[in-house]
Amino acid sequence: MRTLRLIESGFRMNLKMLGTSSFFLLTSVVQPIIFATVAFYMFRSGGRNGTLLYASLGAGMMGVWSTTLFGSGGMIQWQRWQGTLELGAAAPPAMALIYLPFSLANAFTGMYAMAATLVWGRLVFGIPLHFAHPWLFALSLPATVVALGLMGLVLASTFILYRHANALSNLLEYPVWIASGLVFSTSLLPQWTRPISWCLPPYWGVLAIRHAALGGDVWGPLGMVIVLGLASLAISSVTFRWFEHAARARATLSLT
Amino acid sequence: MAVIEATDLRRTYRTTTGVIRRRPLEVEAVRGISFTVEQGELFGLLGPNGAGKTTTIKMLITLLLPTSGGARVLGMDVVDEAREVRKRIGYVFGGDRGLYERLSARDNLRYFAELYGVSGKAQRNRIDEVLELVGLKGREQERVEGYSRGMRQRLHIARGILHDPEVVFLDEPTIGVDPVGARELRQTIADLIAAGKTVLLTTHYMFEADALCDRIAVIAKGEIVGEGTPAALKAGVAEGRVTEIEVFGVDDGVLSRLRVVDGVTAVTVEERDQKQLLVVQCAADRELTAPLLAQLDGFEVGRVTSREPTLEDAYVALVGAGE
Repeated sequence: MRTLRLIESGFRMNLKMLGTSSFFLLTSVVQPIIFATVAFYMFRSGGRNGTLLYASLGAGMMGVWSTTLFGSGGMIQWQRWQGTLELGAAAPPAMALIYLPFSLANAFTGMYAMAATLVWGRLVFGIPLHFAHPWLFALSLPATVVALGLMGLVLASTFILYRHANALSNLLEYPVWIASGLVFSTSLLPQWTRPISWCLPPYWGVLAIRHAALGGDVWGPLGMVIVLGLASLAISSVTFRWFEHAARARATLSLT
Repeated sequence: MAVIEATDLRRTYRTTTGVIRRRPLEVEAVRGISFTVEQGELFGLLGPNGAGKTTTIKMLITLLLPTSGGARVLGMDVVDEAREVRKRIGYVFGGDRGLYERLSARDNLRYFAELYGVSGKAQRNRIDEVLELVGLKGREQERVEGYSRGMRQRLHIARGILHDPEVVFLDEPTIGVDPVGARELRQTIADLIAAGKTVLLTTHYMFEADALCDRIAVIAKGEIVGEGTPAALKAGVAEGRVTEIEVFGVDDGVLSRLRVVDGVTAVTVEERDQKQLLVVQCAADRELTAPLLAQLDGFEVGRVTSREPTLEDAYVALVGAGE
């Protein structure tokens, strides 16, 4: 019960803080629209078969991933700058539990990216919003968002130990878009990249979402989203413990 | 049983130096310090910047692992039983940082109440209680980013005692706070002791330590160079009187001559614009004004005064001896 209260409290608090950041709000509002516009034009000019909704969903997921990645990357660094990282480390709950709601809140704001992309596509490009399995779509989207949040938590744990590790977050945006098939199908990528794609929750997430919207097997990819999400949670609880211990030994929790 | 117990506590920071050829560098911040703090005591750690005070506190509150030695808080090991220690202590760092700026004071406290397991029912009352205690009642809905330094500092204290900890660590809590605000904070600290808490305080302000602390440890270059009650420290280091002499342009040679005057125990110099203030600690039973002035023959001498030693004299003498 106490754990749930802590998660709810951290989630609400982070949403409140994100809501007061004009930089975050501006990028969150504008970025998905840019992604959506680029994706629609790419899809059209590529002359590929399929509906524009396919591209629209991929573009929406690009926004979800970007928000999660930069949110998680910035979260620890921003807490360090603000001097609150030490407060979290010195509090009784496990660090993974303290930062789980922050990461989930970051991913949750990414849901806006998906919604904005779909609405933009509908209004500007006339893409009809007809979903083959609306209920499964309603299930797949939050499941994917949560899994991405948990993946972000693994990344965030490394930032505890390495003060400049969030520079990595800049490097991870495009490769994950591509390896997850958000921009174009992974069948265009070399065979050896497949195992990488299979390890990424966004790969299975966008598959589940696309199948829910356009038809196809949803439960298989959705199951993989859940498995990878739980695996991320397990990994992050271990890495947070390791990195917190190492950070206490190396004194990297504060700026000085 | 001692509430805080540090035994031969050491902490070394490892870093690198150089740009192209990076060489490892070790900095010994704390070099084997030992002390105990008893239940209900206000214990002060005094020392110059970089002496190891904050590193010591960070080890005691489980934020840093000691390189060697050990420490126990409320009988629990700060390394092996860190989580249990964290539940029962509170800590406050001086300065502007360490608060969620974009949130109100109440939102900050509500979140930390959750972190420290203050139950939902008790939370509202407890938050109101600590806001009242630190004098922020009525301003709690404002965002912290608009707070003055004194208000932030009071909010830090409110956060530190929110879960009613048995032991409170205060790291320079009045730093940068205006005199009126600092006085109010000192009263808050005195109230903590009156409420039965055990407090470990670091401060640069001698009068603060003198007024508040039951016992003090003076720390310099990572080692404890003096420990005792403020009265004992004053008596032990600066037995007798202090003579202050305003002079102009004295050099090290003169200082060396003053130091060997019979009855002089220590001489320090404070630069004050054009002039210098010589602070000479003398044995109690000696009148040394004349022999001191004899050594200053040929130099322009201003006001000469004699007074009782203060804790600052003791501190300067101890830190000076440690360097």
